[in-house]
Amino acid sequence: MDLSAANMNLGLEVESAKRVVETIQYIVIRLGDEQYGIDIRNIDNIVRMQHITRVPKMPIYLRGVINLRGEVIPVLSMRLKMGLANDEFTKNTRIIVVKLEQEGNVGFLVDEVKEVVTLSMDEIEKINYNGTEDKINLINAVGKHNDELISLVDLNAISLDEN
Amino acid sequence: MDVSQYLEIFLDETREHLQNLNTQILELEADPEGEDAIKEIFRAAHSLKGMAGTMGYKRMQTLTHDMENVFTEIRNGNIKVKPDMIDVLFKCLDALEEYTNNIQTTADEGTNDNEVLIKQLNQILNVKNGDAPKVSAPEIRDSVVLQDGEKWDNITLDDSQVHVIKEAVHLGKKVYGLNVTIHESCILKAARAFLVFKAVEEMGEIIVSDPSAQDVEDEKFDRDFTLIILSDAEIENIIRAAESVSEIEKAVGGVFELEKNKHYKASSETAAAEPAEQSTIQEHAGGAPASVAAAEVTVQQASAEAASKPAASQAPAKAEPKKPASGKPVVNRTVRVDIEKLDSLMNLVSELIIAKNSLVSASSQEQAAANSSFDEQIEYLESVTTNLHESVMKVRMVPIESVVNKFPRMIRDLSKKLDKKMELYMTGEDTELDRTVVDEIGDPLMHLLRNSADHGLESAEVRAQRGKPAVGSIFLDAYQEGNNVVIEVRDDGNGIDVEAVKNKAIERGAITPEQAANMTDKEIIGLLFLPSFSTAKQVTDVSGRGVGLDVVKSKIESLSGEVEVKSTLGEGSTWIIRLPLTLAIVQALMVVVGDEKYAIPLGSIQTLEDIPPSDVKLVQNKQVIHLRGTVIPLVYLSEVLDVESKKAAEDNLIVVIVKKGDQTAGLVIDELIGQQEIVIKSLGRYIKQCKFISGATILGDGEIALILDANTLI
Repeated sequence: MDLSAANMNLGLEVESAKRVVETIQYIVIRLGDEQYGIDIRNIDNIVRMQHITRVPKMPIYLRGVINLRGEVIPVLSMRLKMGLANDEFTKNTRIIVVKLEQEGNVGFLVDEVKEVVTLSMDEIEKINYNGTEDKINLINAVGKHNDELISLVDLNAISLDEN
Repeated sequence: MDVSQYLEIFLDETREHLQNLNTQILELEADPEGEDAIKEIFRAAHSLKGMAGTMGYKRMQTLTHDMENVFTEIRNGNIKVKPDMIDVLFKCLDALEEYTNNIQTTADEGTNDNEVLIKQLNQILNVKNGDAPKVSAPEIRDSVVLQDGEKWDNITLDDSQVHVIKEAVHLGKKVYGLNVTIHESCILKAARAFLVFKAVEEMGEIIVSDPSAQDVEDEKFDRDFTLIILSDAEIENIIRAAESVSEIEKAVGGVFELEKNKHYKASSETAAAEPAEQSTIQEHAGGAPASVAAAEVTVQQASAEAASKPAASQAPAKAEPKKPASGKPVVNRTVRVDIEKLDSLMNLVSELIIAKNSLVSASSQEQAAANSSFDEQIEYLESVTTNLHESVMKVRMVPIESVVNKFPRMIRDLSKKLDKKMELYMTGEDTELDRTVVDEIGDPLMHLLRNSADHGLESAEVRAQRGKPAVGSIFLDAYQEGNNVVIEVRDDGNGIDVEAVKNKAIERGAITPEQAANMTDKEIIGLLFLPSFSTAKQVTDVSGRGVGLDVVKSKIESLSGEVEVKSTLGEGSTWIIRLPLTLAIVQALMVVVGDEKYAIPLGSIQTLEDIPPSDVKLVQNKQVIHLRGTVIPLVYLSEVLDVESKKAAEDNLIVVIVKKGDQTAGLVIDELIGQQEIVIKSLGRYIKQCKFISGATILGDGEIALILDANTLI
């Protein structure tokens, strides 16, 4: 991965990444009992659960749209995309707004945002897996952190598929 | 010099000048003697040349220069305007447009020298010159022979100057003409010219300068300028004085005779038609032949430039002694603004309106009576934001003129190409539309016009048989109607042959013969908008390639507009395009369906009705209502939008009657909220499948309501 190029559009978070170039920061989120990591450089915003306006005739995982400071942003259920049970909204539920290459800003519903972890490249194991199960294809690597495994999500793959 | 920062202005202005040239040459074709058109053409061509030269686009400059030569001769009455000449000129304009397009995409004019065109232009000049061919390519400019006498004989004089000259001659003073050419490499031309002026003024009095003294001072001349001088000294001395200034290539002088001045002759109309003999002048010119090296800018051109500068005091009189200042275009007091800046301004206004809406909803939730002055301020804010929105919207509005102006030229070309006589009549070119809409509307309109010209209008023989005038008419009318702008393309041609369309559709497999039998004429005409549908028996390169009306339709619909066709076989057809005035902010009716809020743009709403359930009838298994003589099908929004209606079956139905063209439908809703100004936001690229949702809007409380596209529900 070309870090120097990717660093270009980062916000303040990059400052720390610059010092130790060979690490990537991930935001760890929880879906049910599983933990997933999202590359912090893709994340535009994390907002609390708010009213989601349903859009008719959309696939079930597309929950609707929200108003984020005047911008209309579609919200996807990460649980449904991952093949898990439907969302249950709690006070921990968050919407992670991600900047995608093609589609602009898209929100993902997650059960909880846990922490930010810094993984060095040797803690990340790429998965070259071309199985038939959708869920696997959305995970492009696995990170090891404090004896826990974190599935690293490829968000661009999520947005592309089935749309 | 780095000119890249001027590139945009250059492109803008070049486009304007080209458009102007197109229009004026068309006028010239209609009226070959039209003086105003010729002057305007000349002015535009000259500016173009200057601009291209400044920006360093040599090929463009060369071509405009040669065009300008032709215009000069036309203006001086040496060449008569002929149809084939107009064709060449139009081709030149196309070539210039190509340069411009190249410049826009690559910042370079490209490598096409357009030698053929330049040759043709020179041929036009040669015809006029007869046996003494005049080669006007700048490379060989030394061989140019100025045939029309000395330069000072071409100077235009106003009455007072004529008077002064007559007076001087009367008093026995000598009147000289002096033409001074500055060296090509000279950088400070104005300074040199000033020194010449000074030197000459020591020996006599300068009464006329061409270009004007002011223009010379401002360096608004090419390489030479011409003076008329009153003096007691000999002309040789004056020439010597002028030549003593450094960087002066040469000075040519001679006795000025009023009778030989062309413009004096023309304006007094008393002089004999016989051109004056030139031998005497040449003697006085110190043996110098009348060859002037600088053909780059002739005196006429320089004077035209002066005429285009309103600042020059003598300008109006010089350009047209008989009717000063008449043909001068009114200068608009305008500022060019980047469309992106306007977009961001519009976005800010949108944000402001959303904020205003939330204040309104907050104030209505609080006990309204509690603070009446707060309410007043809210109302005031409301009116201010509405006015602000209107003003910003108006700023973004441009007349459709910029788009439709190119159509007369197009129709002229089509007329030649198709060998049909036709005339385009346009009205309402000043109708204004949002800039973004105007930019997009050109292609669809062009397509409809081509369609009318190619398929609509019959051939001359058929027209004669039907007793129609030989020249076919195509009309383009634009006008505002409520919150919409309507553009109609109409022709008096054949109209749409419904049977032919029907047969074609069956042949193509678009419909079955059984379906066809049940379809109304209107529905069949609607088939024309299907992709890949062309009824032209012959495919021409004008239209009928099968890509067309469907593209027109989708384009118009992407602009939230609609297209409609009315046609009578044998009498012609009318294509009606309706477009919203603006795309960003609209008035809408807010409604509730189930527990969701939706906005329906007011533009498509006809009426609101309260219908008892007993009035709902079944026709062909569809629910309809009978309302004031029309049968209107009902659309239950709760079903379309997959929500649970909160209404009981025995409640009265609230029906929003919407219309699209002359079709109507009744949308059944649960509850009305009211009218509101809404800001249209895109749903983003991620959500694209939902065809009856045209966007979203943010309500006062920050919630999002979806905007229903009523057109798709009918």
